[in-house]
Amino acid sequence: MTSIILAIVIGAAFGATLDRVGATNPSLIGRMLNLTNLHLMKTILLAIGVGSILMFGGQMIGLVDVGHMSVKAAYIGVFIGGLLLGGGWAMSGYCPGTGVCAAASGRKDALFFIAGGLFGAAAYMGTYPAWKASGMLDDIAGGKVTLGTVPGASYEGLTAISGDLLGLAIGAVFVLVAFVLPDTASRSGGQVQPAE
Amino acid sequence: MTLNWKSGGVLLGVVFFLAVALVKPIGVSTQFVIFDGILWNAINPDVVTTTADGFTSPNAYLAKSGGKYAEAVANPINYSFIFVLAMMVGAALSVLARGGLSREERAMPELWRSTIGGSSLKRYAVAFVGGFIVLYGARLAGGCTSGHMMSGMMQTALSGYIFSAGAFAAAVPVAMFMYKEV
Repeated sequence: MTSIILAIVIGAAFGATLDRVGATNPSLIGRMLNLTNLHLMKTILLAIGVGSILMFGGQMIGLVDVGHMSVKAAYIGVFIGGLLLGGGWAMSGYCPGTGVCAAASGRKDALFFIAGGLFGAAAYMGTYPAWKASGMLDDIAGGKVTLGTVPGASYEGLTAISGDLLGLAIGAVFVLVAFVLPDTASRSGGQVQPAE
Repeated sequence: MTLNWKSGGVLLGVVFFLAVALVKPIGVSTQFVIFDGILWNAINPDVVTTTADGFTSPNAYLAKSGGKYAEAVANPINYSFIFVLAMMVGAALSVLARGGLSREERAMPELWRSTIGGSSLKRYAVAFVGGFIVLYGARLAGGCTSGHMMSGMMQTALSGYIFSAGAFAAAVPVAMFMYKEV
């Protein structure tokens, strides 16, 4: 029961935040991906950095249970799947999480995104044995690995570097990049969008 | 009405942190499979079957990893599925609190209208095809923007970096080709 309450509280907070940062708006996604307005990119980079610093910092002082980490496996299909997701993300302006939030916000096109998504997921369920047999789902570089070795974690490290410190350092880099990235870029030579 | 990247980024980062501190990293795309399974199981009750020590399915994907997807289909009141439903409620309330979306925006995003045109049919068709590709890709990759890109890179997972490299390598050229603003 506790876990259901947490799902409701954290899920609602996540959905509301995605709306407030503009991630559920395909126009902002489109302008981030066509590199004309990187505002949302800065938000995402800062979020990853802040999350990383809080998580690894919390683990170092014993406030956060290292056992809550959940690292996904690395395999060739991760890259191919990433390419596909990226293409569909740019076309539709939605990814799975922002798509369901956008539909709930009243965006009708997001309902079509979800319908397509349900068919796409079903198509993968049907074709999974072929991918499995192809070997493209086999682990590479150790599979479920982190870049450094996190003390107490059940995952191997790609390197022997302290995973906690590396996590803090990479988190700081994400924050830094968020700050130095220009808000409004343009591929047509310094042309700046008027402020709204 | 869109939050400044500093406050928005901190807020989003805190939500991702709270999820991993209290329960586990955020992920969404698996729930499309679970919802498919629930629908399929409603039509054909043989999709999820019980074994001596849990659940399995004649579908190899639902049966993988000890039948954990089959179990979620059989018991939809679980953390990850309720999480996605709660996301929808949270987003809907947030939109209502800031006055809701305009009629035009509900039909299609402003960038689409200004660069590609006002045909709803075209927008809905591309959203459908995009959704198909996004979820097929997410399931092949084993996660999406939330699970791989945000949660993965936050945990310094190698897979998160591989995924994000692929996602942006495709997304940027497609967006540059499709959305040309003068």
